[in-house]
Amino acid sequence: MIDKRFIGHAMPAFEVDVEKGRLRFFAKAVGLSDPVYVDEAAAQAAGHASLLVPPTFFFCLEMESGNVAEIRTLLNLSYKNLLHGEQAFTYHRLAYGGDRLRFEQRIADIYDKKGGELEFVMRSTIVTNQRQQLVAELKNVIVQRNPK
Amino acid sequence: MMIMMNQAAFDTVQVGDKPVSFTLPPLSRLTLALYCGASGDHNPLHVDIDFARSSGMPDVIAHGMLSMAYLGRLMTDWVPQSALRELSTRFSEMTHVGDELTCVAEIIGKMKTDGEPRARLKLTVTDQRGGVKLQGEAVVALA
Repeated sequence: MIDKRFIGHAMPAFEVDVEKGRLRFFAKAVGLSDPVYVDEAAAQAAGHASLLVPPTFFFCLEMESGNVAEIRTLLNLSYKNLLHGEQAFTYHRLAYGGDRLRFEQRIADIYDKKGGELEFVMRSTIVTNQRQQLVAELKNVIVQRNPK
Repeated sequence: MMIMMNQAAFDTVQVGDKPVSFTLPPLSRLTLALYCGASGDHNPLHVDIDFARSSGMPDVIAHGMLSMAYLGRLMTDWVPQSALRELSTRFSEMTHVGDELTCVAEIIGKMKTDGEPRARLKLTVTDQRGGVKLQGEAVVALA
Protein backbone atom coordinates (compact mmCIF):
# COMPACT_ATOMS: atom_id res chain seq x y z
CA MET A 1 0.00 0.00 0.00
CA ILE A 2 1.12 3.56 -0.69
CA ASP A 3 2.28 5.24 2.51
CA LYS A 4 -0.47 7.71 3.48
CA ARG A 5 1.87 9.74 5.66
CA PHE A 6 2.88 11.54 2.45
CA ILE A 7 -0.54 13.23 2.27
CA GLY A 8 0.22 16.95 2.38
CA HIS A 9 3.84 16.49 1.33
CA ALA A 10 5.10 19.47 -0.72
CA MET A 11 7.47 18.83 -3.62
CA PRO A 12 10.31 21.28 -4.34
CA ALA A 13 8.95 24.20 -6.40
CA PHE A 14 10.33 24.72 -9.90
CA GLU A 15 10.16 27.36 -12.63
CA VAL A 16 9.63 26.83 -16.35
CA ASP A 17 10.13 29.22 -19.28
CA VAL A 18 7.22 29.22 -21.73
CA GLU A 19 8.86 28.89 -25.14
CA LYS A 20 7.00 30.30 -28.14
CA GLY A 21 8.27 27.57 -30.48
CA ARG A 22 6.82 24.90 -28.20
CA LEU A 23 3.49 26.73 -28.13
CA ARG A 24 3.34 26.76 -31.95
CA PHE A 25 4.33 23.09 -32.09
CA PHE A 26 1.63 22.18 -29.54
CA ALA A 27 -1.00 24.20 -31.44
CA LYS A 28 -0.09 22.30 -34.60
CA ALA A 29 -0.17 18.92 -32.84
CA VAL A 30 -3.68 19.42 -31.44
CA GLY A 31 -5.09 21.48 -34.31
CA LEU A 32 -5.52 24.88 -32.67
CA SER A 33 -6.05 27.11 -35.67
CA ASP A 34 -6.90 30.40 -33.91
CA PRO A 35 -4.02 32.78 -34.74
CA VAL A 36 -3.68 33.75 -31.04
CA TYR A 37 -1.95 30.35 -30.60
CA VAL A 38 0.47 30.55 -33.53
CA ASP A 39 0.92 34.14 -34.74
CA GLU A 40 2.39 36.53 -32.21
CA ALA A 41 1.38 39.66 -34.16
CA ALA A 42 -2.22 38.40 -34.32
CA ALA A 43 -2.17 37.61 -30.59
CA GLN A 44 -0.93 41.13 -29.82
CA ALA A 45 -3.51 42.66 -32.16
CA ALA A 46 -6.15 40.78 -30.12
CA GLY A 47 -4.87 42.47 -26.95
CA HIS A 48 -2.55 39.73 -25.67
CA ALA A 49 1.07 40.03 -24.54
CA SER A 50 2.17 37.14 -26.78
CA LEU A 51 1.03 33.68 -27.90
CA LEU A 52 -1.49 32.15 -25.47
CA VAL A 53 -0.67 29.09 -23.41
CA PRO A 54 -3.53 26.70 -24.40
CA PRO A 55 -5.78 25.29 -21.64
CA THR A 56 -4.10 21.91 -21.17
CA PHE A 57 -0.51 22.99 -21.92
CA PHE A 58 0.05 23.76 -18.24
CA PHE A 59 0.14 19.99 -17.75
CA CYS A 60 2.97 19.77 -20.31
CA LEU A 61 4.88 22.58 -18.64
CA GLU A 62 4.46 20.79 -15.34
CA MET A 63 6.28 17.81 -16.87
CA GLU A 64 9.31 20.02 -17.55
CA SER A 65 10.35 19.63 -13.93
CA GLY A 66 13.89 18.35 -13.57
CA ASN A 67 12.62 15.15 -12.01
CA VAL A 68 9.21 14.10 -13.31
CA ALA A 69 9.63 10.75 -11.59
CA GLU A 70 10.03 12.38 -8.18
CA ILE A 71 6.57 11.52 -6.85
CA ARG A 72 6.82 8.01 -8.26
CA THR A 73 10.13 7.54 -6.50
CA LEU A 74 8.92 9.13 -3.27
CA LEU A 75 5.83 6.91 -3.12
CA ASN A 76 7.55 3.84 -4.56
CA LEU A 77 4.98 3.51 -7.37
CA SER A 78 5.40 0.96 -10.10
CA TYR A 79 5.43 2.83 -13.42
CA LYS A 80 4.07 -0.17 -15.30
CA ASN A 81 0.77 -0.29 -13.44
CA LEU A 82 0.04 3.46 -13.38
CA LEU A 83 -2.86 5.12 -15.16
CA HIS A 84 -3.82 8.76 -15.50
CA GLY A 85 -7.27 8.75 -13.93
CA GLU A 86 -8.35 12.37 -13.80
CA GLN A 87 -7.05 15.81 -14.67
CA ALA A 88 -8.52 19.20 -13.79
CA PHE A 89 -7.59 22.82 -14.36
CA THR A 90 -8.92 25.99 -12.75
CA TYR A 91 -7.92 29.17 -14.58
CA HIS A 92 -7.28 32.55 -12.97
CA ARG A 93 -5.49 34.48 -15.73
CA LEU A 94 -3.94 33.81 -19.11
CA ALA A 95 -0.29 32.89 -19.51
CA TYR A 96 1.84 33.75 -22.52
CA GLY A 97 4.93 32.83 -24.47
CA GLY A 98 7.90 34.45 -22.72
CA ASP A 99 6.40 34.02 -19.25
CA ARG A 100 8.34 32.22 -16.54
CA LEU A 101 5.90 30.09 -14.54
CA ARG A 102 6.44 28.68 -11.08
CA PHE A 103 4.93 25.30 -10.15
CA GLU A 104 4.28 24.32 -6.54
CA GLN A 105 3.15 20.71 -6.21
CA ARG A 106 1.70 18.98 -3.20
CA ILE A 107 0.40 15.49 -2.61
CA ALA A 108 -3.21 16.35 -1.78
CA ASP A 109 -4.55 12.87 -1.06
CA ILE A 110 -3.80 9.15 -1.14
CA TYR A 111 -6.70 6.70 -1.02
CA ASP A 112 -7.70 3.27 -2.22
CA LYS A 113 -10.75 1.43 -3.54
CA LYS A 114 -11.76 -2.19 -4.02
CA GLY A 115 -9.88 -3.33 -0.94
CA GLY A 116 -6.57 -1.93 -2.16
CA GLU A 117 -6.80 -3.25 -5.70
CA LEU A 118 -6.82 0.35 -6.91
CA GLU A 119 -4.77 3.06 -5.20
CA PHE A 120 -5.10 6.74 -6.00
CA VAL A 121 -2.68 9.64 -5.62
CA MET A 122 -4.06 13.15 -6.00
CA ARG A 123 -1.55 15.90 -6.73
CA SER A 124 -2.43 19.60 -6.51
CA THR A 125 -0.35 22.22 -8.27
CA ILE A 126 -0.42 26.00 -8.02
CA VAL A 127 0.95 27.93 -11.00
CA THR A 128 2.06 31.56 -10.64
CA ASN A 129 3.76 33.86 -13.12
CA GLN A 130 6.88 36.05 -12.91
CA ARG A 131 4.73 38.81 -11.36
CA GLN A 132 3.67 36.44 -8.54
CA GLN A 133 0.11 36.39 -9.92
CA LEU A 134 -1.97 33.23 -9.63
CA VAL A 135 -2.39 31.76 -13.13
CA ALA A 136 -3.89 28.30 -12.70
CA GLU A 137 -4.45 25.40 -10.35
CA LEU A 138 -4.07 21.81 -11.50
CA LYS A 139 -5.37 18.61 -10.00
CA ASN A 140 -4.02 15.29 -11.17
CA VAL A 141 -5.16 11.82 -10.09
CA ILE A 142 -3.04 8.80 -10.92
CA VAL A 143 -4.22 5.27 -10.32
CA GLN A 144 -2.01 2.34 -9.41
CA ARG A 145 -3.50 -1.03 -10.24
CA ASN A 146 -2.51 -3.84 -7.88
CA PRO A 147 -3.87 -6.96 -9.61
CA LYS A 148 -4.43 -9.81 -7.20
CA MET B 1 -10.44 38.36 -16.36
CA MET B 2 -11.12 40.31 -19.53
CA ILE B 3 -14.49 39.75 -21.17
CA MET B 4 -14.25 39.41 -24.93
CA MET B 5 -16.90 40.61 -27.35
CA ASN B 6 -17.67 37.27 -28.96
CA GLN B 7 -18.46 35.62 -25.67
CA ALA B 8 -21.69 33.58 -25.47
CA ALA B 9 -24.56 35.47 -23.82
CA PHE B 10 -26.14 34.26 -20.57
CA ASP B 11 -29.69 34.94 -21.75
CA THR B 12 -29.38 33.05 -25.02
CA VAL B 13 -27.69 29.94 -23.61
CA GLN B 14 -30.08 27.21 -22.35
CA VAL B 15 -29.57 24.01 -20.37
CA GLY B 16 -29.58 21.13 -22.85
CA ASP B 17 -28.02 23.19 -25.66
CA LYS B 18 -25.06 21.65 -27.43
CA PRO B 19 -23.26 24.81 -28.54
CA VAL B 20 -20.19 23.17 -30.04
CA SER B 21 -18.99 19.78 -31.29
CA PHE B 22 -16.64 18.30 -33.86
CA THR B 23 -15.48 14.94 -35.20
CA LEU B 24 -11.81 14.47 -35.95
CA PRO B 25 -10.25 12.44 -38.77
CA PRO B 26 -9.12 8.89 -37.85
CA LEU B 27 -6.30 9.23 -35.32
CA SER B 28 -2.95 8.82 -37.09
CA ARG B 29 0.46 7.75 -35.86
CA LEU B 30 1.76 11.10 -37.09
CA THR B 31 -0.60 12.90 -34.72
CA LEU B 32 0.66 10.76 -31.82
CA ALA B 33 4.27 11.49 -32.81
CA LEU B 34 3.62 15.24 -33.04
CA TYR B 35 1.84 15.22 -29.68
CA CYS B 36 4.70 13.23 -28.14
CA GLY B 37 7.20 15.90 -29.17
CA ALA B 38 5.03 18.94 -28.57
CA SER B 39 3.70 17.85 -25.19
CA GLY B 40 7.00 16.55 -23.85
CA ASP B 41 5.35 13.24 -22.90
CA HIS B 42 7.90 10.85 -24.37
CA ASN B 43 6.42 7.66 -22.93
CA PRO B 44 7.22 5.08 -25.67
CA LEU B 45 3.84 3.37 -25.13
CA HIS B 46 2.30 6.14 -27.26
CA VAL B 47 4.64 6.05 -30.26
CA ASP B 48 6.81 2.92 -30.35
CA ILE B 49 4.91 -0.19 -31.47
CA ASP B 50 7.90 -2.43 -30.62
CA PHE B 51 7.83 -1.15 -27.06
CA ALA B 52 4.04 -1.53 -26.87
CA ARG B 53 4.26 -5.16 -28.04
CA SER B 54 7.03 -5.93 -25.59
CA SER B 55 4.64 -4.66 -22.88
CA GLY B 56 1.94 -7.07 -24.03
CA MET B 57 -0.13 -4.51 -25.93
CA PRO B 58 -1.18 -5.12 -29.56
CA ASP B 59 -0.33 -1.56 -30.57
CA VAL B 60 0.45 1.91 -29.20
CA ILE B 61 -2.29 3.82 -27.35
CA ALA B 62 -3.03 7.51 -27.60
CA HIS B 63 -2.10 10.00 -24.87
CA GLY B 64 -5.12 10.74 -22.69
CA MET B 65 -3.97 14.34 -22.56
CA LEU B 66 -4.18 14.56 -26.37
CA SER B 67 -7.92 13.91 -26.08
CA MET B 68 -8.13 16.42 -23.24
CA ALA B 69 -6.35 18.96 -25.47
CA TYR B 70 -9.18 18.37 -27.96
CA LEU B 71 -11.66 19.25 -25.19
CA GLY B 72 -9.70 22.45 -24.57
CA ARG B 73 -9.89 23.19 -28.29
CA LEU B 74 -13.65 22.46 -28.19
CA MET B 75 -14.06 25.18 -25.56
CA THR B 76 -11.81 27.74 -27.28
CA ASP B 77 -13.65 27.07 -30.57
CA TRP B 78 -16.76 28.30 -28.72
CA VAL B 79 -15.53 31.08 -26.41
CA PRO B 80 -12.28 33.02 -26.09
CA GLN B 81 -9.85 31.28 -23.74
CA SER B 82 -10.12 34.24 -21.35
CA ALA B 83 -13.68 33.05 -20.60
CA LEU B 84 -12.62 29.51 -19.61
CA ARG B 85 -12.74 29.10 -15.83
CA GLU B 86 -12.46 25.31 -15.34
CA LEU B 87 -11.72 22.24 -17.42
CA SER B 88 -11.67 18.74 -15.98
CA THR B 89 -11.98 15.16 -17.15
CA ARG B 90 -11.87 11.51 -16.21
CA PHE B 91 -10.10 9.11 -18.54
CA SER B 92 -12.39 6.11 -19.05
CA GLU B 93 -11.14 4.05 -21.98
CA MET B 94 -7.98 3.78 -24.05
CA THR B 95 -7.89 5.44 -27.48
CA HIS B 96 -6.28 3.63 -30.40
CA VAL B 97 -4.80 4.46 -33.79
CA GLY B 98 -7.62 4.85 -36.32
CA ASP B 99 -10.24 5.89 -33.77
CA GLU B 100 -12.50 8.69 -34.94
CA LEU B 101 -13.05 10.93 -31.95
CA THR B 102 -16.15 13.07 -31.55
CA CYS B 103 -16.08 15.86 -28.96
CA VAL B 104 -19.40 17.27 -27.73
CA ALA B 105 -20.24 19.97 -25.17
CA GLU B 106 -23.67 20.23 -23.55
CA ILE B 107 -24.86 22.96 -21.19
CA ILE B 108 -25.89 21.37 -17.88
CA GLY B 109 -26.19 24.46 -15.70
CA LYS B 110 -26.21 28.23 -15.51
CA MET B 111 -25.18 30.14 -12.43
CA LYS B 112 -23.63 33.31 -11.11
CA THR B 113 -20.35 32.94 -9.22
CA ASP B 114 -18.97 36.05 -7.52
CA GLY B 115 -21.47 38.01 -9.63
CA GLU B 116 -20.17 36.54 -12.88
CA PRO B 117 -22.67 34.78 -15.18
CA ARG B 118 -21.35 31.32 -16.00
CA ALA B 119 -22.36 28.06 -17.64
CA ARG B 120 -21.35 24.53 -16.68
CA LEU B 121 -20.92 22.08 -19.53
CA LYS B 122 -20.67 18.34 -19.78
CA LEU B 123 -17.93 17.32 -22.21
CA THR B 124 -17.58 13.93 -23.83
CA VAL B 125 -15.12 12.32 -26.19
CA THR B 126 -16.51 9.23 -27.91
CA ASP B 127 -15.16 6.97 -30.63
CA GLN B 128 -16.81 5.71 -33.83
CA ARG B 129 -18.49 2.88 -31.88
CA GLY B 130 -19.91 5.23 -29.25
CA GLY B 131 -17.34 4.16 -26.66
CA VAL B 132 -16.83 6.93 -24.11
CA LYS B 133 -13.14 7.82 -23.87
CA LEU B 134 -13.34 10.92 -21.70
CA GLN B 135 -16.08 12.37 -19.52
CA GLY B 136 -15.37 15.92 -18.53
CA GLU B 137 -16.77 19.23 -17.44
CA ALA B 138 -16.04 22.87 -18.12
CA VAL B 139 -17.12 26.16 -16.60
CA VAL B 140 -17.13 29.24 -18.83
CA ALA B 141 -17.92 32.87 -18.18
CA LEU B 142 -20.80 34.27 -20.22
CA ALA B 143 -21.43 37.83 -21.29
